[in-house]
Amino acid sequence: MKETIKKLVETFGPSGYEQDIRDSIRQEIERHGLATEKGDEVRVDALGNLIVLKKGAGDGHKVMLAAHMDEIGVIVTHVDEKGFLRFGRIGGVYPHTLLGGRVRFADGTVGVIGVEKLEDRTKMPDLDKLFIDVGAKDKASCPVRVGDVASFVRPLADMGDRLVAKAMDDRIGCAVLLQVLRDLKETPHDVYFVFTVQEEVGLRGATTSSYGVAPDLALSVDVTGTGDTPEARTMAVSLGDGPAIKVKDGGMLAHPGVKNWLVKTAEGNGIPYQLEVLEGGTTDARAIQTSRAGVPAGCVSIPCRYVHTPSEMVDYGDVTHAVKLLVTALSKPIELM
Amino acid sequence: MDTAELLKQLTEARGPSGYETEIREIVQERFGQYADETRTDALGNVIALKRGQGLDPRPTVMLAGHMDEIALMVKQIEKGFLHIARIGGFDPRVLLGQEVIVHGRRDLPGVIVSVPPHFTDPAERDKTVPLDRLFVDVGLAPEQVEKLVQVGDLITIHRGFTELSGGWAASKAMDDRTAVAAIAICLEELSRLKHQWDVYAVATVQEEVGLYGAMTSAYGLAPTMAIAIDVTFGHQPGLSEAETVKMDGGPGIALGPNIHPQVFEGLVAAAKAMEMPHQIEPVPGRSGTDAWGIQVSREGIPTGLLGIPLRYMHTSVETVALKDVERTGRLLVAFIARLDDEFLDALTWNKGNGREEA
Amino acid sequence: MWLKRLSEAGGVSGHEDEVRQIILDIIAGHVDDYRVDSIGNIIALKKGDGSSDLRVMVAAHMDEVGFMISHVEENGLLHFHKVGGLDDRILPAKVVWIGDKKVPGVIGFKPAHLTEQNERDQPIKYKQLTIDIGTTSKAEAEKLVQRGDYATFATEFVELGLAGEGWQTVRGKAFDDRAGCAVLIELLNTQYPFDLYAVFTVQEEVGLRGAQVAAFAVEPDWAFALEGTGANEIPTPKDVSPSTRLGHGPAITVMDRSFIADKRLVRLLIDTAEELGIPYQIKQPGIGGTDAGAIHRTREGVPSVTVAVPCRYIHSPAAILNLDDFDHTVQLVRESLSRLPTIPR
Repeated sequence: MKETIKKLVETFGPSGYEQDIRDSIRQEIERHGLATEKGDEVRVDALGNLIVLKKGAGDGHKVMLAAHMDEIGVIVTHVDEKGFLRFGRIGGVYPHTLLGGRVRFADGTVGVIGVEKLEDRTKMPDLDKLFIDVGAKDKASCPVRVGDVASFVRPLADMGDRLVAKAMDDRIGCAVLLQVLRDLKETPHDVYFVFTVQEEVGLRGATTSSYGVAPDLALSVDVTGTGDTPEARTMAVSLGDGPAIKVKDGGMLAHPGVKNWLVKTAEGNGIPYQLEVLEGGTTDARAIQTSRAGVPAGCVSIPCRYVHTPSEMVDYGDVTHAVKLLVTALSKPIELM
Repeated sequence: MDTAELLKQLTEARGPSGYETEIREIVQERFGQYADETRTDALGNVIALKRGQGLDPRPTVMLAGHMDEIALMVKQIEKGFLHIARIGGFDPRVLLGQEVIVHGRRDLPGVIVSVPPHFTDPAERDKTVPLDRLFVDVGLAPEQVEKLVQVGDLITIHRGFTELSGGWAASKAMDDRTAVAAIAICLEELSRLKHQWDVYAVATVQEEVGLYGAMTSAYGLAPTMAIAIDVTFGHQPGLSEAETVKMDGGPGIALGPNIHPQVFEGLVAAAKAMEMPHQIEPVPGRSGTDAWGIQVSREGIPTGLLGIPLRYMHTSVETVALKDVERTGRLLVAFIARLDDEFLDALTWNKGNGREEA
Repeated sequence: MWLKRLSEAGGVSGHEDEVRQIILDIIAGHVDDYRVDSIGNIIALKKGDGSSDLRVMVAAHMDEVGFMISHVEENGLLHFHKVGGLDDRILPAKVVWIGDKKVPGVIGFKPAHLTEQNERDQPIKYKQLTIDIGTTSKAEAEKLVQRGDYATFATEFVELGLAGEGWQTVRGKAFDDRAGCAVLIELLNTQYPFDLYAVFTVQEEVGLRGAQVAAFAVEPDWAFALEGTGANEIPTPKDVSPSTRLGHGPAITVMDRSFIADKRLVRLLIDTAEELGIPYQIKQPGIGGTDAGAIHRTREGVPSVTVAVPCRYIHSPAAILNLDDFDHTVQLVRESLSRLPTIPR
């Protein structure tokens, strides 16, 4: 899976600008012939969600799996007279992760993030004290315009068990979905693999795609935080202890029946897992859960350190176990207790 | 129906947002006594139908009161002590010293604790204890706790129903079991009256975490009109008259963008016809109730909102005047009994030119 | 031009009645169908010439920010809630009109003579302010106003700028979004290749509420939201964005806090503007929200964009806009709509 993960995390795709990453994922699907059976479908909806239907035997549920293609980034709000760029956030971007960093625009232009003089160096500057330098001499010759977007620049580092890159959130979820699509041979269920857009700016793609798919059960696959780094916020999730089955996050309570189904599957098949209570943050499942007349929803989370920084770290074992958990769970009938 | 006995049963039952099983069974039984049909939907809302006597197809009115309550959850276990996460909006300052039940493999009595003042710096004692320095202690050895409790287990507030003097009462979860009680009172009286429209009595889930039950049940039912019933801020020390209603002054009838003006007028007219004390409650935006989620379902639903005056909201000693609960139930009956074709017509802003295309 | 009547009319979120009636009377002769839905939106249909089967929704919101009377004191003074986003600092010493009868009142404030220096540094909080309608008892006051009555700033519309000087501006309240409503009314003078759903929405200022249910009902293929958006040209030593500027044409949103515009629609607007020599600007990304924020996420999603007339001092008693910008906005949207069937779906 590592090759796919590398390809996905290094592709450009801030919220609203997902064309490149969508094309990458489509290529993977086509290259491996992943949705070519009778009844299978691949389509893109009005906001750009990529929806892949893998038809099942027919006597199961209509299941939606969601992983978001978009990553956090920045958008240019002003080009000043000297060619420096002021910018705003796309999704949860915080100043302390930006200082001294590099960003890349859609056309490949690279920029460095600089900061105004700070009167008080102990205080974190707001975004409005930062700017991007693309090496332009003045406004007229600057290759970047207001409205252009950029993502972080950070290639994948493979540390063996651990992988580090920007955009693990949520390209790792997309990689998991692709692998499940490959490994899921027999299933009673019609499974919709939905690669959503604009999760980072408000779960927008999940809102509209779930309305269209109208599933009767849903799972998102996204990253979650950990409590295992120095002086971390209390959280009972650690890297390497297995995929996390979400109980609750900042936006939703997982349907108890869905949570229990995943726990039973893990325990019955010797798959390591952890239980997740996350205090800040949420996933596409929150939007799917309240679609139409309601959908029992849950989430399989990939534990991740340093979320929303340019260097997000996951454990490769957690990733492969997440795939195994989903494939095993979806291969059989589902009964929610 | 004895109001105190009904409220005691409803408020003492457990039903944290997302885990409403215990209260759901009680509500199904209470609503089911006077309804024609009862069912639950995908997220666990209870939907009870009481058919009207008008000609088919009958317009429908949805009544919504939420059955979930705010609660806590085990976030992490450390040396036998439980770290806490919130389900819904608790001010951490009301938690210290509160008795709870931890719903692990067994129900375990516990208490919310922090480092006692004797062992803290004098400077620290003036500061409030933040949520992440509060723990639940169930009094067992760490190995026992590991066996009986896990991350994600629910923790509910342990507080019994207390009758105060003057016909007032205090309990946990008066928000919003008083509304569930009012709806039950309404259903019982409706069974003795004729009414034209169909009534869907809905006990919603997960209001406290996002109005999720209201949004999805409204979508499923697509009612002609809806009335949400929730608690509202009763006057108490420290709050101004501009932001509260009087205790024991009758239900608050909300007015504002979240409310359809004709539904408001209809509720006020019903209250006046019964000479029932009631209060006008201006709500300038988000009402913070199921009404907000219901109003924009599909193509929009004309929505009203009744507020039962309550002191000390989101604490374990939420206090109401029992008469206000009864009045709310009876106001719903009076309103429903008056629903007819004329009212349906008044609901429609039919400033169109008659053709259906737009 | 309708902007004066629309600006002076009262229409706080939740009580847009006066504005709604004015608009219904104006558009009745220019559309094929219209109705008012359950939340108060006007949904009007202007049929196309039959050459395209697209359904296009163009929305402008009728509501303005304002106040609701929350309590009548024993001494006849009125407490109030704010409806929509209002900065407390603009409230002292303003005149308001209350209720459908427009009862005049003033938001009073402590005289400077009797204020200590350190008091003057205290932030102003609306809960501490009251409206004075000149009565001295609750009973007297309640003859004129009730708890729950809506109130707006009492601002008259005036024309600024000197005739013939080429810079024509106007000042009034509620240009956000009576300017958008006025643009939409002008757009109804043209027939388009497709069915155009002109939706005058309610309650944008309290959460894009009207647009959400209207879009669910209309099920458009494309959507445009028309706005009066903030322009900040007050001089500053820092070289940063003014958001938008007067005199530089309609402002196109590529991204704000509520949505990300569809790139094809942004491209269409820019190409049309450049081809026809219409001035335009890109609104500073990341600020504010509009009806497009609700429309684009209804049902299975609707590609959307927002075009706005730049206005200084929105959400205050007196906003200022440039009439050339207004005309260019009408022109840009009208021409872009006409070209809409040519872009790929």
